[in-house]
Amino acid sequence: MSVPELTVELNNRNLEPVQRRLPNLNRAPFEIRALKSGFLTAITWIVALLASVPLLSVIYMLIMQGGARLDWEALTALPPSAFEQGGGFGNAIIGTLVMVGLATVISVPIGILAAIYLAILDPDSKLAHSVRFLAKALTGFPSILAGVFVYAVLVVTMKTYSALAGGVALAVLMLPTVVLAAEQAMMMVPKKMKDAAFGMGCTRAQVILKVVLPTGAPGILTGIMLAIAGAAGNSAPLLFTALFSGYYLTSLTEPTASLAILIFNFSGMPYDNQLELAWAASLVLVLVVLVFNILARIIGRQKY
Amino acid sequence: MASHHFDHIDRSGSVSGPPSPGDYAFDRGFRGIAWLSAVFILALVVYIIIEIGGKAWPAITEHGLGFLTSTTWNVQTQEFGILPEIWGTLYSSFLALILGGVFGVAIAIFLTQDFLPNRLAVIFRTIIELLAAIPSVVFGLWGIYVLIPLLRPTANWLHEEFGFIPFFSTSLSGPGLGPAALVLAIMILPTVASISVDALRQIPYKIKEAAYGMGTTRWEAILKVMLPTAGSGILAALVLGFGRALGETMALAMLIGNSNQISLSLFAPANTLAALLASSFPEAGPVEIQVLMYAALALLAITLIVNAIGLAVMKFATRKFEAER
Amino acid sequence: MNATPEMSAAGVASANAPTGNIVMDCQIDKVFYGDFLAVRASTVPIEKNKITGFIGPSGCGKSTVLRSLNRMNDLIPIFRFEGKVTYHGQDIYDKKVDPVVVRRYIGMVFQQPNPFAMSIYDNVAFGLRLNGFKGDMDERVEKALKGAACWNEVKDKLKNSGLSLSGGQQQRLCIARAIATEPDVLLMDEPCSALDPIATRRVEELMLELKEKYTIALVTHNMQQATRVADTTAFFGVDISQGSRTGYLVEMGPTQQIFENPREKLTGEYVRGEFS
Repeated sequence: MSVPELTVELNNRNLEPVQRRLPNLNRAPFEIRALKSGFLTAITWIVALLASVPLLSVIYMLIMQGGARLDWEALTALPPSAFEQGGGFGNAIIGTLVMVGLATVISVPIGILAAIYLAILDPDSKLAHSVRFLAKALTGFPSILAGVFVYAVLVVTMKTYSALAGGVALAVLMLPTVVLAAEQAMMMVPKKMKDAAFGMGCTRAQVILKVVLPTGAPGILTGIMLAIAGAAGNSAPLLFTALFSGYYLTSLTEPTASLAILIFNFSGMPYDNQLELAWAASLVLVLVVLVFNILARIIGRQKY
Repeated sequence: MASHHFDHIDRSGSVSGPPSPGDYAFDRGFRGIAWLSAVFILALVVYIIIEIGGKAWPAITEHGLGFLTSTTWNVQTQEFGILPEIWGTLYSSFLALILGGVFGVAIAIFLTQDFLPNRLAVIFRTIIELLAAIPSVVFGLWGIYVLIPLLRPTANWLHEEFGFIPFFSTSLSGPGLGPAALVLAIMILPTVASISVDALRQIPYKIKEAAYGMGTTRWEAILKVMLPTAGSGILAALVLGFGRALGETMALAMLIGNSNQISLSLFAPANTLAALLASSFPEAGPVEIQVLMYAALALLAITLIVNAIGLAVMKFATRKFEAER
Repeated sequence: MNATPEMSAAGVASANAPTGNIVMDCQIDKVFYGDFLAVRASTVPIEKNKITGFIGPSGCGKSTVLRSLNRMNDLIPIFRFEGKVTYHGQDIYDKKVDPVVVRRYIGMVFQQPNPFAMSIYDNVAFGLRLNGFKGDMDERVEKALKGAACWNEVKDKLKNSGLSLSGGQQQRLCIARAIATEPDVLLMDEPCSALDPIATRRVEELMLELKEKYTIALVTHNMQQATRVADTTAFFGVDISQGSRTGYLVEMGPTQQIFENPREKLTGEYVRGEFS
């Protein structure tokens, strides 16, 4: 055929316009993929809310049960014995504060100094690598083993349970946290600031004391606060180091009460009085821990 | 210190001078005690191992490895075995890991994959951190007086209806493995969640972009891309959570029942190494103490190994992303 | 564009005979970072009360040479210096010399402003306290801040943190900190590279004032800056003839001569902007 003929021929055919299938861009919430996604999202929400339940339950019990019994007598009196009414846990509060204080005084200087070695003086040495590894591994150290260790080392040699032993056991548990937090804080100090200090002719000690420590202080303090919060709540190491006592502490070389052990002891007793006190003591303990956690957060927010 | 070579320079008005001998001495001393502190920590760990191991040695030679596989605990006949405790430790931690691990990872996903507006996410993060702050004894107390009574009806129903399944073969009268494992799960949940959150946050944004850019639904992106990418980090979270569960003492001592038996039942009382130490140590005589030290050594070995594995996995996980940068 | 074998064989390029007092004479044989030869034989005299500028393409070692003058490079473990740097006749690389002491006499201003996380006052007073100054601290701080041309801007907020200032102000604060103890040599390592043009201008004007009292060695990647402030200019080049990039001094002389009438072909090409 000739071209004009072909053209006429083609024009005469009823060619349907090619129907492009345009994709359907609309939402299809009942399509399988969307349903699966929605289902999983629902489950996740349920999981999240479920996880909050224990916390809310614990808080509820603390406030209702503990709060009901929390009064001046509870905070100052001595623990009641089996069939007594009344009483309190004043000595336990003091005991906890004293032992945590002791633990802090022991673990903080050692922890910061070690962190100085790890972060500034010789970060790549074998010693630094091993200490760093051990500190990280020790954050999961079973707290009871600290008690066992200090028992073998202090209680047996001193031939008595003591607040000192309790404090040392808590110090052993606080040490890894302090070291790691302090090291982190010091490594975050910008290198250029350290360069400036060296450039001015500072010895290494001067660079550390005049520049690195003051600048890293917020981070270090945060770590210390968190370590204290953890130590305050720790009962296992005190079981056979500080033991317990029904009286106020008079010397570091005698056994002492602590909030955590009091709660432990009283929780196993079938008496309502003791149980109420256990809840009240739990409330106080949780408040103490919370205060330190909040302090940690406030301090941590301050950048130099 | 021959450092005063520059005294002859005319520097009128200049304040500069070398550090005093006191400064030098202080610098040396300060660096010395920093080094000593690092050594102290190393020595402390070694000392802990030696001390516990040393006290355990008589028991080790006396009972040998059979100690780890025997189930009797008889002070009179001097026969000791901690298999029930090893079993209890591993079983309870494993159960806790399954529950706490799944919940922990789910919460990590919840917090990092844009499910919540920022303010709510912060509130939720705070809830999880509060959970981590509650001391072990308080959980124990709550477990005894809230959780166990709550669980008892359901548990006993399960026992009556499905008692043939080994998990439900006994009834729940008081403390038991199940409630203990449940509380343990609640306690390790924050650990697993926070490490998983870090792992998920480490994923470079461009990977998330690539997934969504291909038209995945949110969950397809999460399950097929985000989780596998953060895989080793999440694995580390699980291992470390497991490690934490192994070392947990007080709540378990209060909830597990301190009974030296091995049973698959979720409702039977059991014992863990840590709880054994907590309950037996105070009244133990000298021989029993050596045996307990042996048990402590076993616990130490298990936790150190698990934590070391967890740390190694975590290092591997972060290295994966560092290679890319 | 880099040195050809014939040029490197020509050996160490020497400066035109310096006219003033030489405060520091840097005579490098070799400078290594580990196995890498960073700078080869070069002699760089620094004259009193003049601004000596170090220019050159990246990798030519100008910063390395500058930092060798106050032994800052010692902080890098793999650094090795072979040669001599005499300061008022004494070799600061002598085994008996403590780098800490060297840095007390030779101040440095860095590329990135780096005030300490303390108040402005404490930043400036840092060097004074470090050296045990017992006199009137306020007076010296004020003098240093005036010398760094920032007294008027900060005199009412001396207690504010040094980090609260703008970039240019921070750099002038760092200069004030460095001159508070009145060292006689001031090393400046690309001090304006992190600053905007206006702040750069102010620092350059400051340098011209400072040179009346201090001796300044300045590294700059900005040739125009060298023409504006430097009295003497040292041009460093990169030698790749041995397979790696080794820096060396190509030519040194009065700035005007270097830029308008350089002796070396390479210098001419660089200052005309034919490579950078």
